[in-house]
Amino acid sequence: MLPLSSTIEFSLAADLGIALALGVGFGVALERAGFGSARKLTAVFYLRDMAVVKVMFTAVVTAMIGLYGLSAAGLLDLSELYVEPTHLLAQGLGGLLFGAGFLIGGYCPGTSMAAIASGRKDAVLFALGMLAGVWAYAAFTPDLDTWYKATAAGELTLPTLTGVGMGWWTLAFVAFLLVAAWGMRRLEA
Amino acid sequence: MMSTSMTMAGSREGSGRSALGRPYWNPYVAGVFLGLVLLAAYLITGRGLGATAGFAAVATWITGLVAPAAVQSSVVHMKYWHDGAPLLNWTLFLLLGAFVGAAASAWQSGRFRIDIERGPQIGDGQRLALAFVGGFIAAWGAKLAKGCTSGQALTGSSILNAGSLVFLVAVFVAGFGLAQLVRKEWL
Repeated sequence: MLPLSSTIEFSLAADLGIALALGVGFGVALERAGFGSARKLTAVFYLRDMAVVKVMFTAVVTAMIGLYGLSAAGLLDLSELYVEPTHLLAQGLGGLLFGAGFLIGGYCPGTSMAAIASGRKDAVLFALGMLAGVWAYAAFTPDLDTWYKATAAGELTLPTLTGVGMGWWTLAFVAFLLVAAWGMRRLEA
Repeated sequence: MMSTSMTMAGSREGSGRSALGRPYWNPYVAGVFLGLVLLAAYLITGRGLGATAGFAAVATWITGLVAPAAVQSSVVHMKYWHDGAPLLNWTLFLLLGAFVGAAASAWQSGRFRIDIERGPQIGDGQRLALAFVGGFIAAWGAKLAKGCTSGQALTGSSILNAGSLVFLVAVFVAGFGLAQLVRKEWL
């Protein structure tokens, strides 16, 4: 039964080895998508290159189909998967700040690694800014973590919120992706 | 500078000066591949991908070296302290792997190049300063939201986490909303 972590207790070394191996795949995917380039990443905000939307949306839908399909086939126990407790205010405000940082900095945390690996000096500065940012958060505003924990809404997913099952939501996301793909094709034509 | 190479398939204006190497993958193909990596992470570990936590682990490690008392006084640092071995962090190893994978991919496809990515209207120094500032803001936002593009937008959205979908929408609202303000940085 999946996930493997529900039946196997990985040693620390095994766990870190898994992280390294998955990371290689992650890095190849980001670099091959063109996400080692700040200009390609930020071009989405000027509607000049929609690759960010295409890649992210396709990745989300692919994983969603896999999760739903495997759970429907009885191979995966969805309740064993970690779901970050939702805090709508924190995710809304944090998302706005993150989007601003992404646009100004040119990268996001994962893609900055792909860009450094591709030789981009600006990505090194982005990563140093990230380091300073997470340090400043830990040093000056650690109480935000306490606030988050105390006021989070718990595990909120669209199926639990609406009573509509994950299969229907997956179907809706596939349909949305197809419409969006068609729309972006027209936009770029 | 590289405008002559812009004719290569798939590299419209704004897609970086990518055309030096071989073309990128079709974005939908890259998306499926990325989605399978994310799915594999879920199926093996029960959690998806992440990135920001790796940076947090390094920040905690440095703080531990310089000012150990500061680690003890922050609940955030303590979360990454890992009994004195903050570098043995799962997400940090994921980032190391990502670096190796991306380096191999960039090298193999002829895209490795020492460069500063910016629009033609600003200087290298300005761009480097903005990259640092952007990284700082993004980090703070990701810490507040408990995740970034990897942990929230990809991982959380694929399991239909409502907060992750709000995060995803907010990222694009801010990006599109502020795009004209920093137009000179990119175009």
